[in-house]
Amino acid sequence: MAAITLEQVVKRFGRDEVIHGIDLRIAHDEFVVLVGPSGCGKSTTLRMIAGLEDLSDGTIRIGDQVVNDLPPRKRNLAMVFQNYALYPHMNVRQNLGFGLTIAGEPKEVVAERVQDTAALLGLSDLLDRLPAELSGGERQRVAMGRALVRRPEAFLFDEPLSNLDAKLRVQMRGEIKRLHTAVRTTIVYVTHDQVEAMTLADRIVVMQDGRIEQIGQPMTLFDHPVNTFVAGFIGTPPMNLIPARIAGDEIAFNDGQQIPLPDRFTALVTEGQSVIFGLRPDHLCPDKKQRETGTSLVEIPLKVHMIEPHGAEMLLHARLAGQPVLGKMYAPRPVAPGDQLTFQLALDKIHLFDAASGRSVTAR
Amino acid sequence: MKLGSPVHLRGFATWSGTFLLMGVICLPGIWVMISAIRPTREILARPPIWWPEDPSWANFARIFGLGDTLVGIPVHTYFWNSLVVSLTSTIVALVIGMAGGYAFARYRFRFKNAWFLGLMLFRAVPGIALSLPLFILWSWFGLIDTPLGLILVYVALNVPFTIWLTDGFFRLVPPSLSEAAQMDGCTPWQAFWKIEFPLARPGIAAAGIFAFLTSWNEFALASHLTRSTDSKTLPVGLMDFTAQFTIDWAGMCAMAVIIIVPTLILTFFVQKHLISGLTLGAMKG
Repeated sequence: MAAITLEQVVKRFGRDEVIHGIDLRIAHDEFVVLVGPSGCGKSTTLRMIAGLEDLSDGTIRIGDQVVNDLPPRKRNLAMVFQNYALYPHMNVRQNLGFGLTIAGEPKEVVAERVQDTAALLGLSDLLDRLPAELSGGERQRVAMGRALVRRPEAFLFDEPLSNLDAKLRVQMRGEIKRLHTAVRTTIVYVTHDQVEAMTLADRIVVMQDGRIEQIGQPMTLFDHPVNTFVAGFIGTPPMNLIPARIAGDEIAFNDGQQIPLPDRFTALVTEGQSVIFGLRPDHLCPDKKQRETGTSLVEIPLKVHMIEPHGAEMLLHARLAGQPVLGKMYAPRPVAPGDQLTFQLALDKIHLFDAASGRSVTAR
Repeated sequence: MKLGSPVHLRGFATWSGTFLLMGVICLPGIWVMISAIRPTREILARPPIWWPEDPSWANFARIFGLGDTLVGIPVHTYFWNSLVVSLTSTIVALVIGMAGGYAFARYRFRFKNAWFLGLMLFRAVPGIALSLPLFILWSWFGLIDTPLGLILVYVALNVPFTIWLTDGFFRLVPPSLSEAAQMDGCTPWQAFWKIEFPLARPGIAAAGIFAFLTSWNEFALASHLTRSTDSKTLPVGLMDFTAQFTIDWAGMCAMAVIIIVPTLILTFFVQKHLISGLTLGAMKG
């Protein structure tokens, strides 16, 4: 169990720099999720921690030890691969015990630890099967068991659930979370799925183009995204982002519609500043749900042009100032495309980003 | 299933066809084997005698010099030479070829495709075209009539093919398996031998058989590069049965059987390693 520290880590492939000096401190026992679109460098970062990629610059520490030049086998980390990477010619028992056998543990110890791990993951009946004879979920569990059985300093997960179907993914997500609570180990988890990130992480690291955009607890990222990228990436459906301008005490959209500028922004913006107005669909509602929460609301009429029923709620596609916006109806009632509805817009849930830099005007 | 049903008939037709085809393909081999156990006068008989009237091992005894004649041929020595040359060149070609195949499958380097194409083009050069240059070179180096000279030639012949074959098989083994093994505590070397080698074994076994057969059966180059019992291999030894005016067909056939049998035995033992498809299941279902 150890903390992992990255300082000014840079990775270049030939002349291409793909990681541009990232800093990250992962605390002992912490569950950190690296999330971002594909190609953002999250997997490369994980592989550098694992020792499977060299660093071009910077330092990685595990505990107090600088591990830059240590091969993977000396880092005492365990990794779960996206494709599971089970050894096809070995049965589940041999797969689980491989690391311990290589480490020279006595046979009885290996057998006992394999048994314990198999029991923990519900694999006891499958020990004599080959990977080819297992279902996707079972393979996933064996891959986790192989990591678990060695009691490493930290677990590294590289998109472990992306090969599973939706239902199994939710189930395995629960198991991973339960596992972390049970064994309390540092976990670094890479995914492109922000729902996985939100549900699993103690802290989320949002990455884009080889840079860290924001680090924080899931709800912090959700409520206080520092820029339009994080705002659009975290949360489903994504935040509505619409260009606007500051006009006196109002936020003016390009089509002339205006909404009042909340007081908390007045000191942070300048007259005439181009901004991006951000609002989550949850706070753009045509029903009375929001009224009860006591927030200050503005009413704007919007024409609905598409409807997505989700059961308990309904997503409404409309346009505001020529831009597509999403609203949410918490108490679905019959709506037809083309209907004009009065939406309530929660003023204290508004985000404002500087149009030029994309940074939140509230972010320091 | 009822006899004479369409499915049954089709099975019967398939098997008959296969049998007939195999019969045609194997006919020369079968004829050699039959001829090995009968006297020359029966081999040359007109009209042909299809089945040996008086089969015996006399031909074998004779070429080993055990019979009542004195026409002994150093079969032991030829056999030994063949074995040494073929086994050594196969093992060396496998080691080099496997390393090459692994490199082509796993690493990126400059001119990779050109290298690969170059290796394949070398295979396209007819071996006999090399015999004169080789002969001159080898005589400079003093390698004529030495097993080492032959071994070098066969290694060079077999390495490109081994690279090509093992490259394909190593490509089938996902790189993440080796990485997983290294995370599990293996050195890259251990990861190769414990994980990647066993999974690529069908390809390596196939490459081994091909390399061995090439060396074992090769005649054209060996006939130029060898001249005495120091290095003559079995196929070259066959020529000992041709004299100025006669050919000892019976002895030649007996020796041909001696050449064929070890390859059959080897293929029989190695074929079980050829069973492929083990890599399936490492990845997602």
